[in-house]
Amino acid sequence: MRSGIAILLLVIVAFGISLALAEIPFGSPKTKVGRRYIDEGVEATGAANIVTSVVVSYRGFDTLGEVTVLFIAATGLGAVLSAGRKNTAGETEPASVVLYTGCRLLFPLILIFGTYIFTHGHLSPGGGFQGGAIIASGFLLIYLGCRERRISRTASDLAESLGGLVFVVVGLLGLVFGRYFLSNFLPKGTVNTLLSAGIIPIIYIAIGFKVGSELASIIDNLIEES
Amino acid sequence: MDFLNSYIYYIGAVGLILIGLYIILVKHNLVKAIVGLGILDTGVNLFLISVGYITKGTAPIFSRPGIDSKDMVDPVPQALVLTAIVIGVAILALALSLAIRLYQHYGTLNLRKIREQKW
Repeated sequence: MRSGIAILLLVIVAFGISLALAEIPFGSPKTKVGRRYIDEGVEATGAANIVTSVVVSYRGFDTLGEVTVLFIAATGLGAVLSAGRKNTAGETEPASVVLYTGCRLLFPLILIFGTYIFTHGHLSPGGGFQGGAIIASGFLLIYLGCRERRISRTASDLAESLGGLVFVVVGLLGLVFGRYFLSNFLPKGTVNTLLSAGIIPIIYIAIGFKVGSELASIIDNLIEES
Repeated sequence: MDFLNSYIYYIGAVGLILIGLYIILVKHNLVKAIVGLGILDTGVNLFLISVGYITKGTAPIFSRPGIDSKDMVDPVPQALVLTAIVIGVAILALALSLAIRLYQHYGTLNLRKIREQKW
């Protein structure tokens, strides 16, 4: 009965969506703003990766909001799980030698790779969000392999707060030295070199630290609950 | 065949969205509903990316000089989806933490049984 009504509803929804999609041809250029970002983005921001220049420069304020959403979700998860937590430090079986050794070997490499991804966000595919997710996956590996190890809560809180602070302070400095919040006041340098694109690498490194420590603290909270 | 070739990404994305909606509407298990939310999220992301795709397009990165900017795909949906994926992960984690608390409070994840109980 219930699934019948649901299927009927979904058929109506699918019909509506397909009517709308028939008007959107696949594979043709649609937005003028995207074209303009591609044509003028490198000149205006100095970043070779147009997606990065959209995320950090053109829509930097939007990204600040999204980072805030992530922060609120991580804080809410911590608050929900820490309320009324029974401190049951259960005995954990040690992981096998292969897993343990593999984790210890791979963890620094994963950290280096994540750092590479978020420092080169303006040059190659990648950026703060992706690099942060890679770093958090390294911490997840540590939790799987070396179960007695814990990340320091103070250090992850510090990295998270510093990341957010650097983002906002760089934006405010743009207000002081430039004309508007998050304006690119540093010299843009040569395109396709590491030290280019002004404030974009700084902001992406801050986002990388913030996202990495937030996702790691989410993992930490969820593992502590189990 | 031509129709399928040109619309396969739309079909896949809308299919994922509908599957996710169906799971959310029908399933009584809270964890399954959250999984449905994740599938719905993936479908929306795939839909946004496929709207921005341009046939035979390349990534919008000027990684070497002299690259042709005419073939590049639309960067705006990619930038939106990039953040939406991370936000989606955080929302899933938050929903799962609420499910953990609900299970500890009621002893069940069945939404119908939870509704019958008193607060």
